[in-house]
Amino acid sequence: MSLRRTLVTAGRVLAQLRSDHRTIGLMLVVPCVLLGLLAWIFQDTPVFDGIGASLLGVFPFVVMFIVTSVATLRERTSGTLERLLTTPMAKGDFMFGYALAFGVMAVVQALVATGFAVWVCGLDVAGPLWQLVCVAVLDAVLGTAIGLLASGFARTEFQAVQFMPAFVLPQFLLCGLLVARDRLPDVLRWLSDVLPLSYAVDAMKSVTASTAPGADVAQDAGVIALWVVVALVFGSLTLRRRTA
Amino acid sequence: MMNYAVEIERLRVVRGGRVVLPDLSVRIPAGQVVGLLGPSGSGKSTLIRAVVGVQLVESGEVRVLGEPAGSAGLRRRVGYVTQAPSVYDDLSVRANVRYFADILGMPAAKVDEAVAAVDLTSHADTAVGRLSGGQRSRVSLACALVGDPDLLVLDEPTVGLDPVLRRDLWELFRSLAAQGRSLLVSSHVMDEAVRCDRLLLLREGEVLADATLPELLEATGAVDAESAFLALIDRGQEVLR
Repeated sequence: MSLRRTLVTAGRVLAQLRSDHRTIGLMLVVPCVLLGLLAWIFQDTPVFDGIGASLLGVFPFVVMFIVTSVATLRERTSGTLERLLTTPMAKGDFMFGYALAFGVMAVVQALVATGFAVWVCGLDVAGPLWQLVCVAVLDAVLGTAIGLLASGFARTEFQAVQFMPAFVLPQFLLCGLLVARDRLPDVLRWLSDVLPLSYAVDAMKSVTASTAPGADVAQDAGVIALWVVVALVFGSLTLRRRTA
Repeated sequence: MMNYAVEIERLRVVRGGRVVLPDLSVRIPAGQVVGLLGPSGSGKSTLIRAVVGVQLVESGEVRVLGEPAGSAGLRRRVGYVTQAPSVYDDLSVRANVRYFADILGMPAAKVDEAVAAVDLTSHADTAVGRLSGGQRSRVSLACALVGDPDLLVLDEPTVGLDPVLRRDLWELFRSLAAQGRSLLVSSHVMDEAVRCDRLLLLREGEVLADATLPELLEATGAVDAESAFLALIDRGQEVLR
């Protein structure tokens, strides 16, 4: 692996994104619109403070999952991936290049969405804001990593998009947003203990509810980071230099 | 002693349950433009994929520049241009070429040189998606040229180009060979045979002929590559090599 090739790949992915203003707009505006909508639905109730933060953890994951899985699938179908793998490019350069590029996008998205939730929608955050942003970035990187993995199993763009509900919705249902995780039936609770989005949402809840959430957040972040590494490793196994 | 760019020994490739290359052995000399000619479906692309090391092969050996095809040491020395242009449509011509130059660690000056070599300097800042099909395949070629490869493997690089451009590209290929580089160029257009130092005629995964054009014409009594190809098929199993 080479740092230079990872960086130029990240730069190339960002340059591609930059030429696509509408995608950037959607990545930044859609989370804000949804958060605003929720705040409006639950105005004058304490509900938004509870789920608003959780959603800040879900959006970056979902958006980056979709963008990444489609983008890497495009590399596979256009032949550019095959071509890159005939060059000195390592699989890791490719994976981490993507993770880095979308990680940068995630920072921007997290800053915009968090700012909007706190200052426009009036989300109450007891803990430090920077931790909220950090968790959002980590969630986005998680989305990128799992998106890279999922794209390995998709042959067409249609399939790639269908993987979104397949990979994301079960996690969304079990992450504690609808029913607190400790009130889930045993089997589902075990399942939710394994899935990464649960930890993303837990971390977000800790930051909003506690004034000193550092230790809890760090623990959750550790689990998410582990998932990122596992997904990137398995994802890189789906990149083959030789194909039939 | 003859110097070979590619040595293939009893190569067998099966794709999707179909035997594409049953048992192919051939040696491609270095420092020449070798044309890989044959109708579509004859196994040209599969052979090319095996040479650049992206094809899963069932058996046999492919050695490129003295090393097993696809080995790490070759990734800097072999340039590969796929049949469908594999470039990024949403980036400019220059950004595409620069990306491949950066991956290969080539200096920035090489980028403009490669863009000029394929005659796209006037379009250097245009997004590739806005270009015509022929222009896009030239961008793809520039991305391979920028790495200064010892062996350039090109799958149908001249499809859809106007005659002037085709002539210019063949002149480029000739000048690269004159610098001592090896080129393997596939085409289904038989007229391009006259541009090659040596021809490899492929049909249904078998080498029908491996000879220079004059040798081929003399052996078959034909007037051009196309009729020589037909003559060889009519003769049946007899192979010229």
